[in-house]
Amino acid sequence: MEAMISLMIGVLTATGVYLVLRARTFPVVLGLTLLSYGVNLFLFAMGRLRVGAPAVIGSGDSYADPLPQALVLTAIVIGFAMTAFTIMLALRARAELGNDHVDGRG
Amino acid sequence: MNALLTMHLPALPILLPFIAGLLLLALPKLGFPQRRLFSGLALLLQIGVALLLLSRVSGGDIFVYRLGDWAAPWGIVLVADRLSAWMLLITTVLALAAAFATGNGDDRRGPHFHTLFQMQLFGLAGAFLTGDLFNLFVFFEVLLLASYGLQLHGGGGDRVRGGLHYVVLNLIGSTVFLFAAGLLYGALGTLNMADLAQRAAQVPASEVGLVRTGGLLLFAVFALKAALLPLYFWLPAAYASTSAPVAALFAIMTKVGAYAILRHQSLMFGPDAGPVADLFAPWLLPAALLTLLLGMFGALAADRLKRMAAYLVVASVGTLLVAFSLGTAGVAAGLYYLPHSTFAGAALFLLADAIARRREVVGESLREADGELPQAPLWGTMFFVSAVLIAGLPPLSGFLGKVVILRAAYGQPAAVLIWTAILFTALLGIIAMARAGSRLFFKTDRAQPSAPIGVRRHDLLAIGSLLALALALTIWANPVLEFTQATATQLGTPDIYIRAVLGAAESGS
Repeated sequence: MEAMISLMIGVLTATGVYLVLRARTFPVVLGLTLLSYGVNLFLFAMGRLRVGAPAVIGSGDSYADPLPQALVLTAIVIGFAMTAFTIMLALRARAELGNDHVDGRG
Repeated sequence: MNALLTMHLPALPILLPFIAGLLLLALPKLGFPQRRLFSGLALLLQIGVALLLLSRVSGGDIFVYRLGDWAAPWGIVLVADRLSAWMLLITTVLALAAAFATGNGDDRRGPHFHTLFQMQLFGLAGAFLTGDLFNLFVFFEVLLLASYGLQLHGGGGDRVRGGLHYVVLNLIGSTVFLFAAGLLYGALGTLNMADLAQRAAQVPASEVGLVRTGGLLLFAVFALKAALLPLYFWLPAAYASTSAPVAALFAIMTKVGAYAILRHQSLMFGPDAGPVADLFAPWLLPAALLTLLLGMFGALAADRLKRMAAYLVVASVGTLLVAFSLGTAGVAAGLYYLPHSTFAGAALFLLADAIARRREVVGESLREADGELPQAPLWGTMFFVSAVLIAGLPPLSGFLGKVVILRAAYGQPAAVLIWTAILFTALLGIIAMARAGSRLFFKTDRAQPSAPIGVRRHDLLAIGSLLALALALTIWANPVLEFTQATATQLGTPDIYIRAVLGAAESGS
């Protein structure tokens, strides 16, 4: 499971970085989204991976660290708002500058 | 009442702008003059609270505010020491001057300017006061989201183009921040900054690599906020294209990055931090020197006054971080230079905007072909004063700031390099300011009447108060330097901070 999770994080982050480096705003927004998926998984994994352990003390034999889950929740909310904002900004840039290049030309 | 105030004092600087922002949002029918008045009154209150906090912590006490009364490593804490109170005072005073400048009508181009302005202060105050790494991330997001709104306020092609780069780069920065916080949590099992510092100093050899990686990722994020080379390319376009009050307020934004670098460098990665000691040091000085040089070259090459002011902000961050890399004496010098460069930079942005509105066609262009100004002795005088401030000529605070930085560098291994860089860039600064000043004010069009068209009392009040603040820094340089010296000493012994947050018993274990 560890190998799969780390592979997932790696693929998401690498794809995100590649897309962020594109010259059009739409791939850039997609890249930012993928990057935030990657980092959310990464944060979650930082509490160590345990199977079948709820994040509540006393509900079973073992328990998972609840803090990374709270962090991920916060990060998801912020990432969601930021994605919405970037999409609006990209649309605005398309309207104001007449094209979807990140530098506003051709 | 007094006890209650003392108890909740560290939370007030965060709550006041938040409540003010919400109230402004809840009163959509309020006209703009009333909004300005309300915003101004809220700012006065915030300055009062910042002053009160500063007077309480200036004796060396550290106030720790436990949210929900959860004990320190588990709950989130707000920590007010000399450094945070000093940054808060600078921010609120700067914000009041910037708010004066909204009187020229920049806030009328959208309904929520003042709400965003207060939210920006909310995020700034939180970033200065928090004692928790993840909380710092959240407050960074708050202040950034507000700053996106402010930077783009009013719209227009240039603003959107500069804003797109600004937003995307900062979002990538936020992602890197999360990676860094995750790494540190994974390796050390805590996010409380005092606890992190304590555990980082005793980290087992198998985890040192992870902690160092996390620490350097944090440094990269703060360097992006501070606009340190090579991460400053977003700044000139974003700052030069936005409205004047916003650019003036943004003069503190790069200093947030510098603050975060200083805080983490002194607390977690100080000289006594064992395996992670002096983590930032090999990167900080070279990057800061190059930033200073390139910022000044940019200022020399700029063809518009606002763009020049933006590059001067970059150069001032370079100078500031050179100072922060020089140990206790350097930090003390830097904390004197910080308010000076903030006020002087903000004044130059406001001046550039005032000049631009006087020349409707060409704005604040510095190109020769773009026509001449009518004679403007008042603006010329103010430009001259801010030029003296920014270039660091005697007798004003810029000169004093550079002198104390040079004195702190004396005897350091890189002293020759630092002296050369700072003195050489001071010369470049003089040339840039002299070029801009002679282009704008020296060769004037005598045919045009010199009547004070466009001299508005908002601009006068805003620029005048910023210059007066810089003058006050010059007159009361001695007490201010004594205070920054005490602040630097407090930062130099992170044990005080750790013990205040975690309690004496635990830090002894």
